[in-house]
Amino acid sequence: MKGESGLLDASGVAKSFGAVRALTDARLRVAEREIVALMGANGAGKSTFVKIITGALKPDAGEVLIRGREAHVGSPAEARRSGLVPVYQEPSLIPDLDVADNLKLGDTPGEPFIRWVEELGAEGLSLSDMIGDLPLATLRILDLARALASEPDVLLLDEMTAALPTDLVDRVLKVVRAKADDGMGVIYVSHRFAEISELCDRATILRDGRTVGEIEIEPGVEERAVELMLGQKIDLDRGRIAAATPADAERPRLRVTALASVPKVSDVSFDLFPGEVLGVVALEGQGQDELFNVLAGFTRPTGGSIEIDGQEVSFNHPADAIAKGVAFVPGNRAEALFPQRSVTENIALPFSARFGSWGQRKARREQDRVNYAVDKLQIDIRAQSEVQRLSGGNQQKVTIGRWLAVGVETLLLFDPTRGIDVRTKRQVYPLVRELAENGASVLYYTSELEEVALACDRVVVIFNGRVVDVIDSAEADEQTLMRAAYGLTATDAAS
Amino acid sequence: MSTSTTDPPLLRAGRLFRDNPVIPLLIVLFLMIVVLEVMRPGIVTPIRAGRDGLISTFWVGNLIKFAIPLAMLAACQVLTMLTAGIDLSVGVVATVSAFVCATLSTLWGVGPAVLVALASGLVVGLANGIGVGHVRVHPLIMTLGTGLIATGCLQVYQRLVINAGSEIPGFLVMLGTGRTAGMPNGLFLFVPFAAFILWLMRYTGFGRLLFALGSNENATKLSGVRAWQVHLALYALSGLIAAIAGLLYLGMIRQTSLSLANPLLLPSVAAAVIGGTSIFGGRGSYAGAIVGALILRVLDTMLTLLQMPEGARTAFFGLIILAVTAIHVRIAGTR
Amino acid sequence: MTRAVRKHIWVLSLAVLLVLLLAVTKLIQPSFGASGLESVARAALPFAFATAGMAVVVIVGGIDLSVASMMAVCAVTAAVLMERMAGVPALIIVLAAGLLMGAINGALIVLTRVPDIVVTLAMLFVWEGAALLILETPGGAVADWLEAGIRGSFLFYGLPKALLITALCVALVWVPIRRTKLGLSIYAVGSDELAAFRSGVSVGWTKVGAYGICGLFCAFGGLSLAALTGIGEPVPGPYLLASVAAVVLGGVVLGGGKGGLLGPILAVFILRIIRTILTLLAVDPNVTTIIEGTIMVAVVMLGTAVTRRGGSQ
Repeated sequence: MKGESGLLDASGVAKSFGAVRALTDARLRVAEREIVALMGANGAGKSTFVKIITGALKPDAGEVLIRGREAHVGSPAEARRSGLVPVYQEPSLIPDLDVADNLKLGDTPGEPFIRWVEELGAEGLSLSDMIGDLPLATLRILDLARALASEPDVLLLDEMTAALPTDLVDRVLKVVRAKADDGMGVIYVSHRFAEISELCDRATILRDGRTVGEIEIEPGVEERAVELMLGQKIDLDRGRIAAATPADAERPRLRVTALASVPKVSDVSFDLFPGEVLGVVALEGQGQDELFNVLAGFTRPTGGSIEIDGQEVSFNHPADAIAKGVAFVPGNRAEALFPQRSVTENIALPFSARFGSWGQRKARREQDRVNYAVDKLQIDIRAQSEVQRLSGGNQQKVTIGRWLAVGVETLLLFDPTRGIDVRTKRQVYPLVRELAENGASVLYYTSELEEVALACDRVVVIFNGRVVDVIDSAEADEQTLMRAAYGLTATDAAS
Repeated sequence: MSTSTTDPPLLRAGRLFRDNPVIPLLIVLFLMIVVLEVMRPGIVTPIRAGRDGLISTFWVGNLIKFAIPLAMLAACQVLTMLTAGIDLSVGVVATVSAFVCATLSTLWGVGPAVLVALASGLVVGLANGIGVGHVRVHPLIMTLGTGLIATGCLQVYQRLVINAGSEIPGFLVMLGTGRTAGMPNGLFLFVPFAAFILWLMRYTGFGRLLFALGSNENATKLSGVRAWQVHLALYALSGLIAAIAGLLYLGMIRQTSLSLANPLLLPSVAAAVIGGTSIFGGRGSYAGAIVGALILRVLDTMLTLLQMPEGARTAFFGLIILAVTAIHVRIAGTR
Repeated sequence: MTRAVRKHIWVLSLAVLLVLLLAVTKLIQPSFGASGLESVARAALPFAFATAGMAVVVIVGGIDLSVASMMAVCAVTAAVLMERMAGVPALIIVLAAGLLMGAINGALIVLTRVPDIVVTLAMLFVWEGAALLILETPGGAVADWLEAGIRGSFLFYGLPKALLITALCVALVWVPIRRTKLGLSIYAVGSDELAAFRSGVSVGWTKVGAYGICGLFCAFGGLSLAALTGIGEPVPGPYLLASVAAVVLGGVVLGGGKGGLLGPILAVFILRIIRTILTLLAVDPNVTTIIEGTIMVAVVMLGTAVTRRGGSQ
């Protein structure tokens, strides 16, 4: 470690949201002249930790000390006064005000701001430009310049370089390094190994809500970091049901060709066969959300084609997709549930969706189908009068059970096990396998890599809006997947 | 995420009320009648004032009679509020329907007059449905606007028929003012109507979609529901109901006016809200709204006895709506 | 220069439209002149203030359905007070009352966390009731100078006093605030509440402030109502839908963050001039109401559709 005096010291930080424990024991130390990377796989608690450090959230336990003093960060404004300035992933500039007004709003001194903007290399910028008219990359630069102009003790950069072209990335890294050498501490939240190894001194790694390692950055550190992020192999039952091979069927159920949805999805192609579970693996924000939205009929693609059973289709509404047997289960179950309504109503809603079925409901048939889904998924229906009273796992089962009751050929599952308990997870995998065995096709995005081996036959890896790899699940161990998801090829990792 | 064991008692009590609003509401109604009796002994139980009868069927009949049009308009609010909407055009629609029916009866006869009156309600409802469902204007603004236009149309129409005179169809007078066994004849219309609304909400696919739309519109989309179809049908139905309520009210008041049913608008919203229907959608009970209408009628009698001025009454109803909604937000946590 | 034009293109086209409509009016009725203009400006006064108030809360991302009721409260308060006391203190009391009512609306929205539209719907009835409590039937009296103040021309023939008062009151309240931190915060909160919070804006106080300003404009509106009629009228006028329509037509986006007060006020005059034209064409005044209502609903529908398209892209 470089400096001795600790600038920021967060220890024992814990935070729960209802029954979900987002953080259990998170630690982070930043000294003067030090750049510390904060890393963790999806769902490790990074964003919650960042919010606590910056004062947007209050921790349940633990403390955040800035220069040895407890910082009373009740609001972002107070965090700023205490010397910690964050630059968030999405720009926190007001789109309908011009640059000068934005500076005034945050009490940013104008003269140093302009100096930093020049230093960072954003050209042709005028203080009377409307924020809403500026490209995203410029906004990131403005955000950073605004943060630097307020002379922070500690600067927090959250995925700073995500929207930047390469030349600007270099400028940013150089400026941040120089500023750190002057004494500033930096917390650098990122997915990008290349930048971390170039810029950072240390890396703090989070897994399952706790800090599991603080490692020095040195050549070959990627392997160690990936290992820490994955943790010990969870000893799950590996004996999975034999997968159907794609070769069994000659024609794919779903064929996606050169699909694009600007700006997030640029080129995605794959085939999904009947009886197959096709995994999708990607880091956060690589275009997987948009891909699923297009396939589900929520948004229109900007290019490419979708074929179902050899027929080209175009969906204007999810109803069109459902009519073709394609159903979508979103990752955030709050998007799919009717929280105040009963389990039966939640599951049976698609039966009433079409105009022709608005009359008297066929209660008997409906209840049979609902019971079938409830039994199949082993949904705990003790609190069935309101779905919001069920546990997270049971809620998730309801969102899947809906399509089990209706019976669809193609199921798009977006991270179905996010934030649910291990027991429920173990019920989900065999269910997915069973669906496939009965002839359904399942597209299965997951943020938890160990699930790939348990549920999928093949896996497509998406990075930056395009498919970078298709791996057979037998070869898809977590290290391979993680490297592929980070855009690292095998040769990169070795060097 | 919370389970019922760890919830504070207030929250549990709130939930109990939310799930079964009718029973506590009936208790409130009963208590209010008791208070009324104390304020003016003999009004409910004539025997105490030295007259015949343990309970005054006249008073009860009157209470029910005037609650019926209010409860019918409250049905419009309950149905639209289930989808997180509201229908502020019902007062005007009821007025238009009553006025059109009374004036056309002399010109074209009763049958066509009633049909045209109902059609006018349907037209306003369809306009609301298109604005809310297709263009996605906020229902409050949309229904306010159509109400304003309908008022303008009514004024023009009045100019056209100013010399035609008016006639209130006999069957409406019979429904509105007649009594059978002490109870108002309006019940012959209202009981089947209420049964229809309860059936619609509980046993049909359409009813289920109303709850679902208000609970989570995005999730209905995921399930393949085209929301505009539901909105169009819903607001058309609401317009139709308001027109029917206007006809009944015409028979009850037996005179025509350009603002006949307008004062019923605010109480109709209040009745729905008191009856446990959430203005944020997804939760509601028509049985509750009926009791809510009765409560408002008793409250009205009380305020009259207290000689509370009109203004205080209006302000009071506004505060009731705000308070009940704020409590909804607090207790339910969700909207 | 071109940027300034682009930024204000909407307001400029509204101004051009207004001039065109005035020309049409002159064409239909060649005798339409200074006195016609004066009466249009006078009739537009309460609409202009209701619209200015509505514009401020729409910019902060809300809506206030109680504007007409607050105006009624202020009008009757003015009429009752001016009967009993000197005009100037009464005027100040009325302005303070407007500010207070607006701030109460805002505070209730922030504290109860009930959406703006529901809170102000309930408050619509509360203020309406309050107006009736203050004055049950139309009555009271208004200071002579107030009544005279909005009539006739100022300085030279052809510049209506009413127009000048509109411009002056709106400018005196809004221009100083617009450039302060409160003004910026109002735009910031309406534009992006999260980004505003992260920039250190106090979201709750900003909302209370915006609703307070709306209340203040409603007080001006109420005073002008009292001045127009000479008495206090407790029943709210048709200002709600008219103000929403003018705000949308004036280029303020429902949802917040965009636009100013000049556009909506130009829109008020456009809507008023259309009414004048219809009257000059000898259209039945009731039919005029229908046409006006239809125009207003159409404007709001169009505005909503445009906002949604912009939002989904």
